[in-house]
Amino acid sequence: MPERAKVGTAWAAEAAGRPGRAQDGGTGAVACASEFEPVIGLEVHVELSTKSKLFCGCQAAFNAPPNSHTCPVCLGLPGVLPVLNRKAVEFGIKTALALNCEVASFSKFDRKNYFYPDLPKNYQISQYDLPLGTSGHVDVSVDGGMRRVSIKRVHLEEDAGKSVHESGTITGSSFSLEDYNRTGVPLLEIVSEPDLRSPEEAYAYLSMLRSILRYLDVSDCKMEEGSLRCDANISVRPKGSSVLGTPIELKNLNSFRAVEKALAYESRRQAEILARGERITRETRHWDESRQVTVPMRRKEEADDYRYFPEPDLVPLEIEEAWVNEVRSTLPELPGVRHERFIREYGLPAYDAAILTESKDLADYFEAAVAAYGGDAKAVSNWVMGELARLMNATGTDIRDVRVAPAALAAMLKMIDDGTISGKIAKTVFEEMFATGKEPSQVVAEKGLVQIADEGELARIVDEVIAENRDVADEVRAGKDRALGFLVGQVMKKTRGRANPQAVNRLLRERLVPG
Amino acid sequence: MRLYELTAHELKEKIERREVRVEEAVRALLDRIAEVDEAVRAYVTLAREQALAKARAADERLARGEPARPLEGVPVAIKDNMCTRGIETTCSSKILKGFVPPYDATVVELLERAGAIIIGKTNMDEFAMGSSTENSGFFPTRNPWDLERVPGGSSGGSAAAVAADEAVAALGSDTGGSVRQPAALCGVVGLKPTYGLVSRYGLIAFASSLDQIGPITKDVRDCALVLGVIAGHDPRDSTSVPRKRCDYLKGLVPDVRGMRIGVPKEYFGEGMAPGVRAAVGAALKTLQDMGAILADVSLPHSEYALATYYIVAPAEASSNLARYDGVRYGHRAPGCPDSVTMMTQTRSEGFGAEVKRRIMLGTYTLSAGYYEAYYLKALKVRTLITRDFDRALEKCDCLVSPTSPTVAFRFGEKMNDPLAMYLSDIYTVTANLAGIPAVSIPCGFGEDRMPVGLQILGRHYDEATVLRVAYAFEQATDFHKAKPVLGGAGADGAVVGVAPACGAAATGDGSGEAGGGPTRKPAGGEADA
Ligand SMILES: [Zn+2]
Repeated sequence: MPERAKVGTAWAAEAAGRPGRAQDGGTGAVACASEFEPVIGLEVHVELSTKSKLFCGCQAAFNAPPNSHTCPVCLGLPGVLPVLNRKAVEFGIKTALALNCEVASFSKFDRKNYFYPDLPKNYQISQYDLPLGTSGHVDVSVDGGMRRVSIKRVHLEEDAGKSVHESGTITGSSFSLEDYNRTGVPLLEIVSEPDLRSPEEAYAYLSMLRSILRYLDVSDCKMEEGSLRCDANISVRPKGSSVLGTPIELKNLNSFRAVEKALAYESRRQAEILARGERITRETRHWDESRQVTVPMRRKEEADDYRYFPEPDLVPLEIEEAWVNEVRSTLPELPGVRHERFIREYGLPAYDAAILTESKDLADYFEAAVAAYGGDAKAVSNWVMGELARLMNATGTDIRDVRVAPAALAAMLKMIDDGTISGKIAKTVFEEMFATGKEPSQVVAEKGLVQIADEGELARIVDEVIAENRDVADEVRAGKDRALGFLVGQVMKKTRGRANPQAVNRLLRERLVPG
Repeated sequence: MRLYELTAHELKEKIERREVRVEEAVRALLDRIAEVDEAVRAYVTLAREQALAKARAADERLARGEPARPLEGVPVAIKDNMCTRGIETTCSSKILKGFVPPYDATVVELLERAGAIIIGKTNMDEFAMGSSTENSGFFPTRNPWDLERVPGGSSGGSAAAVAADEAVAALGSDTGGSVRQPAALCGVVGLKPTYGLVSRYGLIAFASSLDQIGPITKDVRDCALVLGVIAGHDPRDSTSVPRKRCDYLKGLVPDVRGMRIGVPKEYFGEGMAPGVRAAVGAALKTLQDMGAILADVSLPHSEYALATYYIVAPAEASSNLARYDGVRYGHRAPGCPDSVTMMTQTRSEGFGAEVKRRIMLGTYTLSAGYYEAYYLKALKVRTLITRDFDRALEKCDCLVSPTSPTVAFRFGEKMNDPLAMYLSDIYTVTANLAGIPAVSIPCGFGEDRMPVGLQILGRHYDEATVLRVAYAFEQATDFHKAKPVLGGAGADGAVVGVAPACGAAATGDGSGEAGGGPTRKPAGGEADA
């Protein structure tokens, strides 16, 4: 223990010093550890966004007063029985299909038995040996290349409630309270094979998974609210080896970054232990976010015995092919495919395509704007990824709530193209559109931002500026090109940006640079 | 005849004809309970005020000229493992003491919708685990035929209540014989319907894949009447089967001529009391005399049934009973320093010995490394047992057997020998494992003139045939009219039918084994008492 603690602290300093991506290289210990590679599998739980819970009619809502969304069934009162929510199964099938799984024609539910106060029946209705989906895969782009991550299984189960401890933690509390609102909310468990070979890959896989689930509109996948949860299994082995090491289960990974950092920390810790010629102890470890270390939770000398057996209160789930096909026909174009299409169809760089297709709503927005614009898709991409993303971030606005309609963005781009406004002015116009939802033409008219199209008026202003800045004008005449920039700036300032910079440049040159 | 002695169909008729008010009927039953329940102890909770209020409401309905419903004004008792809104429901367990459900079981809803009046909750073996009602967490119920003996179990309270005229009809639940065995031991009619016919919603689960609610009544007509009310698909129970409603009363034809009745040889082997053998043998003879064709059949996997049952049932129970932990309702051990201690202590205090034994059995058989050897194997044997029945019932309309190998035994006789107690269910567990319907009807008297039950088993969802054979037999005999002597005997007691001690006209069957002569009348004859 003390030794582990010491090692842990050393890594903590390491990890804490690099909040971003964990990379190899640096200290001597890492050089040692770099002879090993991590083998990672992720177990992801997502709460399905069905209206009602998995086995009763209660609302599956977030943030309601404690125990306000409960009934005898989800409270596990004596004598009640579960009734399966068809929509949850549909969401499960949808996800299984999107993850390229085989959807079981015959599936069933099982009881997972364990005692915990947040579990009203002291068993969880889950799926054991006949899950909804098996043998799928997800293609994830990592470092420019594609990597196929196998999905072992996808299954449905019910969520547990939440214990609220008097003093925040269970130890030192004289009482705990239970909130069963979340009890019975449908969860989809998605288990990957141990195909991931770095924390970055794990991050990329998780992002892709979230993106797919959001495309399917089956979950909002908010890790902070617990609607997406992730546990990781990680072992390390000498590079080139095909033998699996002793897996460590990592828990309390409360953000995508936490997943990546905990895995980076853990792979180094394990590599270091192996490099010293010691053995890894099978256990579950807890990611301590404040200290940036993993700490042991409990020894996992033998597997937990949940005494699974078929749920006798439910009949087996027979899924007809017709239903599967019906669900299949509702699948949207998924992010991977859309990414490829954006590159092909719009000639976008892979980077743009990746960012734009990460969210279905953003991709939809982009495509609508391109369609309305009819011009260069890259120009649309630049605006969406640039100004729009910047303003969304700054104001914490979701793409769904953005007040600038795709057509309005397109209209603004056309105004730039036809010289009505300058690209620079356009930023001001867009900010106003973003804030008020007004059409670009209205913003331009109200603020008097129309580019000065009258050459005579522009020439008069240019002459004024030359008159006001004789010294600088002389410098230009003397061949100092840099001074020209200053004069252009002065004209732009005087016109409050409404001048076309090229025209100003030309007019100045005509006057100051002979020939 | 006194009001409380009437069958449900007789009472309903009187109420329908406005000869009796519902309140009168309910008061008659409440008075009867006051008179004899101190001796019988069939009830754990009486719903006196609720029952009277509902009776008055029913009388007002009828006074307004509304038509009588199928069970209008019939006072019924409910086994205490079925949830009743506003009435304490305990499963006769200390762990549920004080639990008042905020909802009704579907069967309770259906009974009340049909006009029945719930008068109370009956005693049972704790969580329906037992065959004598001695495992009640509160007190044992006594057999009305002999207060020194058990009423059977686990629905002992319901069976005793009906036998002692403390309820016109009752509901029990049957996981391995818990309706049929006490019905047999108390000399009344008890039916376990096909698994899936009656909703289990609100029935506090013992073993979910075996549990089924069934009527306990004074005669077969009442059984059909109550079954017709409680049967049917319930969207709240995924294991209840959507089927067309069936009029069970219509099928009650007193004619078994030409029907093939299978006699499984495995059900007539060792371990059966001579008196039971004689009574059941005489019953078979009666059926034959009535024109039925008896056929020898074999159910070869029967010998594994009890073992299979005692793996499947405790396994499911160990999980079903996990929720009683003191966190949300029922008993909570006081003064515990943490939740683990609290849950452990609550369960240690709240559960009785038999419940603990079965939880341990079930936990063991579901454990990693044992699951395949026990639970999975048991499921396979269960399939074989079901196939045995399917095969036998291809050639026969129904099967008959004794309900219980013995008559009611004395208190304490089997309490320290769980295996002997488990053997009480040897003829009944198979119907639960196979999911088929089975009824127990009175067919005579055995040792010490205690009642003997005849079990009639049928095809899945073929309650109609089972009830028809039962009805025909009942019409040809008088056993169902026999009543125990209770309370102010002499003045009030045993006015109808025969008291056990004075069984009429023993025809015997030549075996000479009978401890008490079975009574029987010639086919088609009238009552001879
Ligand atoms: Zn609920």
